[in-house]
This record gives sequence, structure tokens and C-alpha cells, in this order.
Amino acid sequence: MSKSDSYEDIVKTRREENFAEFQDEDHGFMHRVQHTLHVTPALVPLIVLVISIIVFGALLGSRFFSPFALTLILQQVQIVGIVAAAQSLIILTAGIDLSVGAITVISSVVMGQMTFRYGIPPAISIVIGLAFGTLCGALNGLLISRMKLPPFIVTLGTWQIILASNYLYSRNETIRAQDIETTAPLLQFMGTKFQIGGAVFTFGVVFMIVLMLLMAWILRHTAWGRHVYAVGDDPEAAQLSGVNVKATIMSVYMIAGLICAFAGWALIGRLGSVSPTSAYEANIESITAVVIGGISLFGGRGSILGALFGALIVGVFTLGLRLLGADAQWTYFFIGVLIIAAVAVDQWIRKVSA
Amino acid sequence: MTTPILSAKNLVKRYGRVTALDHCDFELMPGEILAVIGDNGAGKSTLIKALSGAVVPEEGEVYLDGKRVSFTAPTDARDAGIETVYQTLAMSPALSIADNMFMGREIRKPGIMGKVFRQLDRKAMEDFARQKLSDLGLMTIQNINQTVETLSGGQRQGVAVARAAAFGSKVIILDEPTAALGVKESRRVLELIQDVRDRGIPIILISHNMPHVFELADRVHIHRLGRRLCVINPRDYSMSDAVAFMTGAKEPEPQAA
Ligand SMILES: Nc1ncnc2c1ncn2[C@@H]1O[C@H](COP(=O)(O)OP(=O)(O)OP(=O)(O)O)[C@@H](O)[C@H]1O
Ligand SMILES: [Mg+2]
Repeated sequence: MSKSDSYEDIVKTRREENFAEFQDEDHGFMHRVQHTLHVTPALVPLIVLVISIIVFGALLGSRFFSPFALTLILQQVQIVGIVAAAQSLIILTAGIDLSVGAITVISSVVMGQMTFRYGIPPAISIVIGLAFGTLCGALNGLLISRMKLPPFIVTLGTWQIILASNYLYSRNETIRAQDIETTAPLLQFMGTKFQIGGAVFTFGVVFMIVLMLLMAWILRHTAWGRHVYAVGDDPEAAQLSGVNVKATIMSVYMIAGLICAFAGWALIGRLGSVSPTSAYEANIESITAVVIGGISLFGGRGSILGALFGALIVGVFTLGLRLLGADAQWTYFFIGVLIIAAVAVDQWIRKVSA
Repeated sequence: MTTPILSAKNLVKRYGRVTALDHCDFELMPGEILAVIGDNGAGKSTLIKALSGAVVPEEGEVYLDGKRVSFTAPTDARDAGIETVYQTLAMSPALSIADNMFMGREIRKPGIMGKVFRQLDRKAMEDFARQKLSDLGLMTIQNINQTVETLSGGQRQGVAVARAAAFGSKVIILDEPTAALGVKESRRVLELIQDVRDRGIPIILISHNMPHVFELADRVHIHRLGRRLCVINPRDYSMSDAVAFMTGAKEPEPQAA
């Protein structure tokens, strides 16, 4: 080595250095709040949920703040809540799925038609319906992961295709609740009610909550869950650091399809009947729940439990304002405000400094 | 003559009308530190990506231990023991240091929690990551669970280097590992490179820092216009010779190639 100057000599002797651990310095209150929210993204929607329950409870008293009314909210949001779990997974990968509502309704139609048109036992019809939903998800996944088409465009297309197929296949006929009740009650299983005190639950509600907790656990504690976040964060970096990006995206869309099919089953329980015109609002409401729940539309950030809280917030506002006798438009008004507030908070939280 | 541990013949890679690799050859000998130098855009990063499976060359062959390999994904190369620090570092900013170190090779819990429920063993991964970072003495990281986006550029580079050094068993490739590091931190990485070599693992080091290259390298591969111009022994040439070859100001003697 030639006469390069020796400015580096001083650091050539190795000194042991302190490996300071867990030494979070005090950066003042706002910074700590920001940090906490950054680490636990579901906290904001949870706080909003609790505050809105308290406010409506104070305004309406026991008409709102009762086990019956509060569990009524759960029943009203169950379909959107289940679909929001699917939507969360997809948005975590920086995608979007506009076909969730269509997959939900076509899965319920398939379950119904299998039983009533072909005389297949209800249990098998349900399995076929679940498989069909997964297949719809696989179609989305294939187009997005293999053909590299943008999720928005792909699902805009499959939304129309699936919805049209749904009307054509069902001949736009509803299967009546009484018929289902007498010949295939299993189709309505998710609507089965049970009471604990004054609280009324359905299996669909229980399914929604268990599903959310399960997905939250999987996302946090399995390699697949970490890969979902990594893919949404930066797909190129994920690929280079050893994630199979295509397979991860494919699996996410398939699981989302399966979850939507479960939502379709729960839909039969909720309505009693099989109706090809139902669940049209699930698209926009699931995205609303996800956004209010603090999951970033840019992918890779947020907690799926936030989406559950988001769905519940919408449910609380809907019921609370109705009990107050307000025009239903006020619900949409406040939901709109919440969406914008949620995105603003998301931006603020992400401006973390180390 | 010993056979190269990793070699390539006639690699070609085009990006549209840019030929990033133009019939490029490459050889890495067992136990050596091979520096790769060249101008910006010469195709160094593309070369190592072709060796690490991140880019699939249109033509040419890659050999590991004399056997033909064709990696189609970075995991293929990693499974074969080739670990790479990419110039872009390949980290997920929103995930923690430990998550990033174990991306794609996570440790699962023992027993049924790991086998059936596939639960990750966070503690084991965190302990390992903490150990590797403190071995490197590279940075004063406060919390192994902090997200990578809260680290400085240099700290991120340190984590990426620690990741490669911890898992590489056959070849370690470093694409400008000290570009963002301070003087002291660079020194640690250079020491680490020597430690790794002393463990018998050969290293490919891409760097624009001539003093570092000349201090560490056993041989220097000079890359120009998408191909290997020549390989020189740093003891036979000066830094200004190397720079002259690299920029085309001077032609190497034929036998050097
Ligand atoms: N993904 C890509 N798409 C298009 N062109 C690319 C891509 N990657 C590299 N190139 C082109 O290939 C050529 C070689 O790039 P490469 O990154 O290999 O150079 P390099 O020697 O590593 O340069 P540097 O010293 O700046 O890192 C450049 O002309 C570059 O523009
Ligand atoms: Mg480069």
C-alpha cells in the first residue's frame, strides 16, 4: 500500500464499545406519543372506538350503552368485519381488492345453488362455495403476481366479471329463507344466535372476532406474516432478501378469497336467504374499515386488528346516529371525516425520527 | 492450478439498449479477497447480481466449485452458501432489525408451536441479531426491535453487513459495504472482512475506495464497459495505475488480463 495518509490509524486499534440497549431517551411527550402509536398502530382506532362509545353512551344512556345494543353493532358489522380481514391482508401487500364484495355474494350463491339446484348436501355445498371463493382469489392473484398487472385494474375487472357471473348463474333469483330453514339449515348456521346475559351473539360474530385474532397472530408470529409486510413495504428488497414475492402475493389473494367466501356463508346467516343482490356495499365499507383502522394504503404498515376497530367505529356511528334520530347522511358525513383524519394521523405517525 | 470457487464465463445482460454485461468473465479463488473496481455504471452491481441469482443473465454460465449452477432467485444462491450485501441493502424499512436479519430464513420455535403452528422463535432471533451486531461493535443501536427506518444510513449498512457475515458459508459478496459508513465504522467492516477471510470464506468486495481495496485485496478485478478488463495483483501496481486502467487512460499489458 502506497503512502496513503494515516488518518485511519487512530481507529485501527479496536476498542470495546458499549452496546447500549433499550436506552430510549426522553424526547418529550409528543414524541413519546408518536413513538407509541408507531409501534402499536391499532391504538388510534381503538381510542377513537372507545371515545365514540363513551360519547354516544353519554348522549343516549342505556338505549345505546346496553349489552343488547352493543352486541347489535357486532351483528351489523360482521360481514364487513370479515371482508375487512381479507381487505387488510391485501392492502398490507400494497394492493387493493375491489372484487371482495362480488366474491362474497357469488360464494353465497354457489352454496345455495349447489344445495337447491343440484341437491348436493349442504355441508358439501359450503365446501364447494369456500373453494369457489378461493378460486376467485387465485384468479386475482395470478393476474397480479404473474402478469404483473396493477391490483386496482385487475380487481376492477374481476369485480364486474364475478358480479355479472353471479347474476347470470343465479338467474337473479333469491332462495327464500323458509326453504333454507326447512331443507338446509346448515347454510344459516352462522346466523345462529346465543345469549350471554342481555348480550346477543351469532356464530358469524364469533367467527369475525376469532378470525381477526387469528390473522393478527399469524401476521405477527409466522414467517409468512412477516413476508406479507415485507412485500408490501418494498417488494424489490423483499425479493433480494429471500422472500418469494410472487408466492406471497398469490397466497394473500387466495386467502382473501377464502375469507370472502366465509363472509358469504355468514351473509346467508345474516339475511336468512341467498340473495344475489346483497353485499354490494362490502367493497367500499371494507376499504373504509381498513383505512379508519390505520392500515396504510401504501402497504407494509398497520395492524389487522385496526381494521376490526375501524369496522366497529363505523357500526357505532351508524347505530348511535340512528338512535339519535339524525338523518342517515350524517353517518356518511362523519365516516368521511374519520377517513381523512385517519390518513392524516397515519402521515403524522410515520414522520418518526429515531 | 486450483479451481476457482466461483466463476463465470461470457455473461451477457442487457437492459433495453444498455448492455450492462458484455461477455464478462469472472473468477474468485478459494480463500481470497477479490476486489472489483470500475467506474459508475461499468456493470459491477449487475455482475454480482448475476452471480447471486438476483439477475438472470441472458447468456453465459456460472460455476460454483466447478459445477454449473443457474440461480433464478437470490434464495437459490443463498441456499448454496452465497450471501450478498446489495448496494441498495435490501431491507424492509418498516420491519425490525431482527426481522430483517432473518428474512426468508426465520427460526421457528421448537416443539409443536413451531412445527404445527409455525410460530417464530423471536427470542432466539433477537438474541442472535444482538450478538452479531455487538460482535461487529459497529453501532450503538438502542433496541434490536426498532424498525430499520429509524436507523441512520450507516447503521443500516452495518446491519446488512452483519447479516451477510453471519450467514455466508461459501462466498460473501459486498457491494460497496462502506459507502455510507464513517471512518471508524468502515474500519470495523474492513476488520470483519478480514475475519471472514480468516475463517476461510472468500469475499468479493466492490468498492470505490482505493486505499481500502489496496489494503485488503489479494487480487483486483478491473471492470470496464460491462466486462473484465484485467485482473491485477495490488502489490505489482499502484493505485494510480488501477485508476488509469479503470478509466481507460492506460491499457493494461496483455498478460495481466
Ligand atoms: N434495473 C435496471 N434497469 C435498467 N438499466 C439498468 C438497471 N440496472 C442497471 N442498469 C444499467 O446497467 C449499467 C450497469 O449498472 P450497474 O449498476 O451494474 O453499474 P455499477 O458498476 O454497479 O455502478 P455504480 O458504481 O454506480 O454502482 C448502467 O448503465 C445502468 O444504467
Ligand atoms: Mg453498483
